[in-house]
Amino acid sequence: MEQAVARHKRVRIIGKLTPYLFISPWIVGLLLFTIGPLVFSLVMSFFDWPVTSAPKFVGLENYTKMFTNDPQFYKSLAITLKFAVLYVPLSLITSLILAMLISQPVKGVKIFRTIFYLPAVVSGVAVSIIWGWIFNSKYGILNYALSLLGIEGPKWLIDPASAIVTIVIASAWGVGTMMLIFYTNIKGISPDLYESAAIDGAGSIRQFTSITLPLITPTLFFNLITSTISALQQLTLVLLLTNGGPLKSTYFYGLFVYNNAFKHHKLGYASANAWFMFIIILLLTALIFKSSSAWVFYENEVKHERKRGGKKK
Amino acid sequence: MKVSKWHKAIVYLFLIGFAIYFLLPFVWIVLTALKTEAEVHQYPPAIFPGMPQFVNFVNAWKAQPFGLYLMNSVTITVLTTIGQLISCSLIAYGFARYHFKFKNGLFILLLATMMIPWDVTMIPLYMQFNLFGWINTLKPLIVPAFFGSAYYVFLLRQFLMNVPKELEHAAKIDGANDFQTYWKIFVPIMQAPLTLIAVLNMLSVWNDYLGPLIFLQDRTKYTLALGLASFKGVHELQILPIMSITILMIIPPVIAFLYAQKYIVEGISGAIK
Repeated sequence: MEQAVARHKRVRIIGKLTPYLFISPWIVGLLLFTIGPLVFSLVMSFFDWPVTSAPKFVGLENYTKMFTNDPQFYKSLAITLKFAVLYVPLSLITSLILAMLISQPVKGVKIFRTIFYLPAVVSGVAVSIIWGWIFNSKYGILNYALSLLGIEGPKWLIDPASAIVTIVIASAWGVGTMMLIFYTNIKGISPDLYESAAIDGAGSIRQFTSITLPLITPTLFFNLITSTISALQQLTLVLLLTNGGPLKSTYFYGLFVYNNAFKHHKLGYASANAWFMFIIILLLTALIFKSSSAWVFYENEVKHERKRGGKKK
Repeated sequence: MKVSKWHKAIVYLFLIGFAIYFLLPFVWIVLTALKTEAEVHQYPPAIFPGMPQFVNFVNAWKAQPFGLYLMNSVTITVLTTIGQLISCSLIAYGFARYHFKFKNGLFILLLATMMIPWDVTMIPLYMQFNLFGWINTLKPLIVPAFFGSAYYVFLLRQFLMNVPKELEHAAKIDGANDFQTYWKIFVPIMQAPLTLIAVLNMLSVWNDYLGPLIFLQDRTKYTLALGLASFKGVHELQILPIMSITILMIIPPVIAFLYAQKYIVEGISGAIK
C-alpha cells in the first residue's frame, strides 16, 4: 500500500516535470546562447577590453566616450537613420503593392508570386555581387540603359551621394517575405465584403481604403516593426557592397559596431555601442506597440459588422 | 469576381514591370557568366554572349577550393537542420500540449528573444566560443541549432495548437507514454510544418555570411558564401569566376524554394493568424 502511494507520488512528480523536459533544450540554449551572452555583453560594456591584454574596469567611460568624444558614432547613427527613412517606407509600399497585385484574380499570377519572392531566398553575398555588377559605373548595364535614354547615370557606388541609394535599391530586392505576409492577410479577407461594397457602388480605390487597408493594419504594423529593426541592423550588404565607403558615406551603425569589435579589437567599447542600439530597438518596439492602439484596426473590432464572419480567428 | 478588361491590363502592366526588377538581375548575371573575357569588358556592353562559354563554370570552380567550401556548407546545413527539427519539435510540443507553471511567461520570453539584435550577442558569443576553443571550427555554426530557434518553435506551436486534444487521450488509453505520444503520433502529423522549418533553416544557414565571417579564419573551414565573398574581395576584377560561382551558389536555395513554395506560403499564413 505504502509502496503504491510512493510510486503514485513519483509518477506524479515525473508527470509534472514532463513539460519542462520537453522545453529543456530551449531553456539550456537560452541561458547558454542568449541570456548568458546578453549579461556578459552588458558587463563588457563597462570594461576596456582589448583582445590581447587583460580587461580593465572603466565604469561608464565607454558610454561617455561614445556620446561626447566620438564623432563617428553620431555620423554612423545619422547614416543608419537616413537609410531607415528611405528603406522602410519604400519596402512597405512596394511589398503592399506586390501583395495587392498577386491577389488579383488574373491568370498566371502564381508565377509572378514566385518571381517576386525569389530574391528573398538568395544570399546577401550573391545579392551584393549581382547589384554591384549592375551598378558598376564602368561596365554596368544600368548606366548603359540610362545612357540610351539620354541620361548620364551617377557613379553609383563610387559617389558618396548615391552609394546609400544603391544599398536601398539592393535591399528592397528582398521584400518577398513582407509581400507574402501581406498577401496571406489580403487573401483572408472575405470576398463578400468586396461584393457588397461593389453593390453599394464603391470603386477600387474606395474598396482599398475602406476595406483592405483597415483590415490589414495589424499586418502593416507588424511589417513596420520588423523592417525598421532590420534596417537599423543592416550590415551584410554594406560590408560587401561598399564596406562603409566612399568617404565613409555608408558607414552604417552595424558596421561601426562590427569594426570596433573585430577590426579595432575594442570589445568593451563595441559592446557599449551594441547596447545603445539594443535599447533604441527596445524603445522603438515599445513605442510602436503603444501607438498601435491608436491606429491599428483589429479585425475582431469589425467582426460584428461582417455578415458572415468567415474564419473564426 | 468579375474583372474588367482595363483592370486586367493595368494589373499585368504592373506585374510585368515588377517582374523586370526582380528577374532581370538574375538573367543579367547568367548572360554575363557565359561571356568571354573580352565581351565582359566591352563598352557598350554586349547583351548576349556570342558563344556561351560554359567552361567558365569549370574554370571558376577550380580557381579556389570551392569543393571544400561546398563540403563545409553542406555539413553545416545538414547538421543544423537535424538539430532544429529535433529540438524545435520537442520544445513546441511542450509549449503547445501541456499546462505548466510559468508557461505563458516563458513563451513570452521566447518571443522576446526574437527582438534581440544580433550585434549585442555576437561579441560575447565570439568570446565564449573562443573560451570553448571553438573558433575556427564549424561548431559555433552548428551546436546552437540543437537548442532550438524561437521563430521555428513559434511556427510549430501555432500548428500544434490546432490539433484536437482527443489525440493524446487516445494514445494514453493505448498505453503510450508522453514521449511515445510525441514521437509516434505528433511527429508524423507535423510533417508539413517540419518541412517548412527544414527549408527555412537550410536557406538561412546556406546563405549566412556574418556567422562564418566571425567564427571562421582558416580558408579550409570556409563556407561557400564566405569563400565567394573573400574571392570577390581579393580578385575584384575577375568578373567571370565571380558570376559563375554566384550562380552555382544560388541554385540550391532556389530549388529548395520552388520545391517548398506551398509550405512557405501556408506557413507564413499560419504564423500570422
